[in-house]
Amino acid sequence: MIHFVILISRQGKVRLTKWYSPYQQKERSTVIRELSGLIPTRGPKLCNFVEWKGYKVVYRRYASLYFCICIDPDDNELEILEIIHHFVEILDRYFGSVCELDLIFNFHKAYYILDEILIAGELQESSKKTVARLIAAQDSPVETAKEEASSISNMMSQAM
Amino acid sequence: MALSGMRGLSVFISDVRNCQNKEQERLRVDKELGNIRTRFKNEKGLSPYEKKKYVWKMLYIYMLGYDVDFGHTEAVSLISAPKYPEKQVGYIVTSCLLNENHDFLRMVINTVRNDIVGRNETFQCLALTMVGNIGGKEFSESLAPDVQKLLISSSCRPLVRKKAALCLLRLYRKNPDVVNVDGWSDRMSQLLDERDLGVLTSVMSLFVALVSSNIEAYWNCLPKCVKILERLARNQDVPQEYTYYGIPSPWLQVKTMRALQYFPTIEDPNTRRALFEVLQRILMGTDVVKNVNKNNAAHAVLFEALALVMHLDAEKEMMSQCVALLGKFIAVREPNIRYLGLENMTRMLLVSDVQDIIKRHQAQIITSLKDPDISIRRRALDLLYGMCDVTNAKDIVEELLQYLNTADFVMREELALKAAILAEKFAPDLSWYVDVILQLIDKAGDFVSDDIWYRVVQFVTNNEDLQPYAAAKAREYLEKPALHETMVKVSAYLLGEYSHLLARRPGCSPKEIFAIINEKLPTVATSTVAILLSTYAKILMHNLPPDPELQEQIWSIFRKYESYIDVEIQQRAVEYFSLSRKGAALVDVLAEMPKFPERQSALLKKAEDAEVDTAEQSAIKIRSQQQTSNALVVTDQRPANGSLPVSQLGLVRMPSQNMEASTQGQASSREQGMTDENGSINKVVPQDAPSADLLGDLLGPLAIEGPQVPTVPGEQKDKNLLSALEATPEEAGPLALATVDDQPNSVQPIVNIAERFNALCLKDSGVLYEDPHIQIGIKAEWRAHHGRLVLFLGNKNTSPLVSVRALILPPTNLKMELSMVPETIPPRAQVQCPLEVVNLQASRDLAVLDFSYKFGTAVVNVKLRLPVVLNKFLQPILVSAEEFFPQWKSLSGPPLKLQEVLRGVKPLSLPEMANLFTSLHLAVTPGIDANPNNLVACTTFYSESTRAMLCLIRVETDPSDRTQLRITIASGDPTLTFELKECIKEHLVSIPMQTPPPAVSPVQPQSPVTPAAYNDPGAMLAGLL
Repeated sequence: MIHFVILISRQGKVRLTKWYSPYQQKERSTVIRELSGLIPTRGPKLCNFVEWKGYKVVYRRYASLYFCICIDPDDNELEILEIIHHFVEILDRYFGSVCELDLIFNFHKAYYILDEILIAGELQESSKKTVARLIAAQDSPVETAKEEASSISNMMSQAM
Repeated sequence: MALSGMRGLSVFISDVRNCQNKEQERLRVDKELGNIRTRFKNEKGLSPYEKKKYVWKMLYIYMLGYDVDFGHTEAVSLISAPKYPEKQVGYIVTSCLLNENHDFLRMVINTVRNDIVGRNETFQCLALTMVGNIGGKEFSESLAPDVQKLLISSSCRPLVRKKAALCLLRLYRKNPDVVNVDGWSDRMSQLLDERDLGVLTSVMSLFVALVSSNIEAYWNCLPKCVKILERLARNQDVPQEYTYYGIPSPWLQVKTMRALQYFPTIEDPNTRRALFEVLQRILMGTDVVKNVNKNNAAHAVLFEALALVMHLDAEKEMMSQCVALLGKFIAVREPNIRYLGLENMTRMLLVSDVQDIIKRHQAQIITSLKDPDISIRRRALDLLYGMCDVTNAKDIVEELLQYLNTADFVMREELALKAAILAEKFAPDLSWYVDVILQLIDKAGDFVSDDIWYRVVQFVTNNEDLQPYAAAKAREYLEKPALHETMVKVSAYLLGEYSHLLARRPGCSPKEIFAIINEKLPTVATSTVAILLSTYAKILMHNLPPDPELQEQIWSIFRKYESYIDVEIQQRAVEYFSLSRKGAALVDVLAEMPKFPERQSALLKKAEDAEVDTAEQSAIKIRSQQQTSNALVVTDQRPANGSLPVSQLGLVRMPSQNMEASTQGQASSREQGMTDENGSINKVVPQDAPSADLLGDLLGPLAIEGPQVPTVPGEQKDKNLLSALEATPEEAGPLALATVDDQPNSVQPIVNIAERFNALCLKDSGVLYEDPHIQIGIKAEWRAHHGRLVLFLGNKNTSPLVSVRALILPPTNLKMELSMVPETIPPRAQVQCPLEVVNLQASRDLAVLDFSYKFGTAVVNVKLRLPVVLNKFLQPILVSAEEFFPQWKSLSGPPLKLQEVLRGVKPLSLPEMANLFTSLHLAVTPGIDANPNNLVACTTFYSESTRAMLCLIRVETDPSDRTQLRITIASGDPTLTFELKECIKEHLVSIPMQTPPPAVSPVQPQSPVTPAAYNDPGAMLAGLL
């Protein structure tokens, strides 16, 4: 099963983390620190798998962003590699040629989308169309609510 | 797409991004946290929108790596909000910020449950997703039935059901009891009929988890899985949106094949044929294509298919096809495929018959050892290690030594250990072995553990021919200017013992030897000084007639160390000094070290313990299969006497005994190490031979592993031609008749019997034995102290098997009754023979099935251990802390409560250990022991004499050293406590050695040693010389 998903930038900034196995706060930081030292330093022509502490980390780089998924050593690595790409394609479709900035300013959307793809560290849906449809359906009540909110009081958004 | 509306959040993110340095960022974040804290304090004035916004900010800050130690209540409370937008944020942020053990989660169980059982589909989805991602044990207990209902409900839409399936999977992982097996096998089978591929993907993940722990219940699902696979592989009726780069859901294909790998075999010929057709199609139809995603997806499927083919142990032709494919893969440019090719080739080593084909790729694999990618280098090393045998050891070990010069720091230790083990296992001659180890110490001394050099010393001590050679080599190394300390130790030791053998060579007079060793004295550590002092004493002893100058030099050193700070050194110095003044008496006291008793290699043991990796296990297995022949190749075998000493003993591989023997071996090796260094006492090493004999007698009837158990010594069969040729004439006799068909047991098993037995100790069905004619399967049900087994005897031939006879030899602790076994098994038929078992008392003694049949003129007789083991009569029971402690306290001290510190434990993570316990029928009960590194388990033991008896187990692990732990076991019956402790120990300390050597070496002249020694060619070598 997938133990966690982490998106880190080349500079080591975390863009998304999702933990499917129970990690304490401290362990989470350690994992992120270790992986940001391990993965971005690997050269471009190497394989997409890193053996790490008895687990395997399958990763793939898109522009300046590394998508990393940690799995058990006997899991199917290529399957996971394509889950990453599947996720990226859905992000791409949703944001319209996605870039790191989209994920920074809309990190919450990335979480919604990931939740439609993975649950319990397993693949939930492999149809891009279905995921896109479900995300759109989720967006609409939120958008409606937002409009209501802004009509009640604009100043709230200024309050920050 | 902008973050419309939530401007505050966007502004904050921009601010953080605009920070010039970490310090500024921290200030900005602290300011924001302060702001949020103030706002949360006065919650009344907070609109839902604001609350939402702040909670998102918290998540963002948290993601940046800052501690967010407040606001969890606010995040969690949003879950209870009536409106979707707030609820959604609450669920998502909670599942990111908290983990399953967080107390806050308890507060929302009811809300979550209401959302799950409520009618609002979107709320259901949110709740299922969160529980699926972070649900813990409590969620499991209170929500599982509701989640199950959603999964099987016909009125729920796919989007809810697929989430329910994975949510249930999570709950099942947290507490397997929530899925009640009885009802589920039919339900699962229906679920696998699902047409919606999204739901089916999730259901398949759930199924993999269920079937992995209980194959029995799900046999009915097997044909459905094959159907699903067929449908996908043939691309029948797969909607476009479920194809990925033209491949029908590769993920579902992989999952389905994974599920199929849990079934031990596929009996129904039609299903089997259909599956093999699909597999064949995948194996042949996967080409390398340009599009990287398509390529990856296709190969994901292909590698899973390879794994399934290996598991099913398909026909030889298909297997060679697989190896051929892998051979192609390890040479391609694509690094992923190269990596996976090597990884899967290592797995392939487990399969019999293909090792030779794998060896053809040796050159390519050695090239991969120099790959720029460390992931690939690691795989190559593992594979080389696994495939090494007596034919290629020299090449491989020399490659490894060469690689040691340039290897990454992180790999050196492993590399050194592996090289040492291979050198020991497969040495074509002993001087080569000494060369290799000395080179190893020279090149990578830091990574050479003491075990490695102790072992060299043992070899040299036990082989006189080797002594001058080793001493000369040691002398050579001492010439080197910079020497690793381990090298100083081993050289000094060897020269102390054997330098007198070199005395006539130039530069090897006692004086010169002393001088060159003494150069090192000022720079070495205390432990080495001790060895050097012993060496000096020995040099002095051999210094005849005495050279006064040398004597004075050495004495002055002894005197100097008489007041040394370390007591050990002080004592040595004082003793050696006074001894050396006694003249002739010195010779008696400091005589050469006697030969070491044979024992299991501590190295091999270490390797077994250290690695859980399949590659490693396979390697060990293969090695142990080959070692007999190895020993025979290098040694001249002279039987001590004509008769064959208890050769059956060599085949008895009782796990417990094995373990004791090996731990004992290790312990005494330590001890020996000490006496060596001490060098002043000829200690009589306790021989474990008598006890082995005793065990041999006790276990006599269990001498069973493998059909080649010789019933009459003269009929000893040995596949190894060489050994047969070297054997005495009367032993060679039967070989001359070997072509005659009626040789007993000319039929070889095609499964690893010991491994099957071990597997069956942990599960209730599977294959017990298989040879080219018959397959014996077993299926068992246990209820309290009763057991009902069914033996499935399947004739694989097109002609009948006759004179079938099955006899049960039960130990005293079991009552067993086997129903009639027919004398003839018709062609291609399967006969079922029920076997009733009653457990009388706690014991680890085993029952044996003495099975024979005739095929043509060949009589086959095998004796098989039956997996009716102590843990089968356990029933897990959950005990609350309130019940546990009084019990635990009332059972105080031995013999009702026993405690033992186990070392050399196979390193397992706690979840792995918990899994092992679960398969042993021990209910792991979290929450009783406050220390997270400890494990508490409870179970009930049933026997006729004890009836139901509660057993409590506590394991304390040391996270910094997983090879040791302390186990405490308590029950109301002393025998039970002891037996249960031993039983658990067997499973923890090492996977009982998997394979007995296929051919027993005909003679063990040094007489009955412990069986463990048979696994160790090193020990055998020593024994044979």
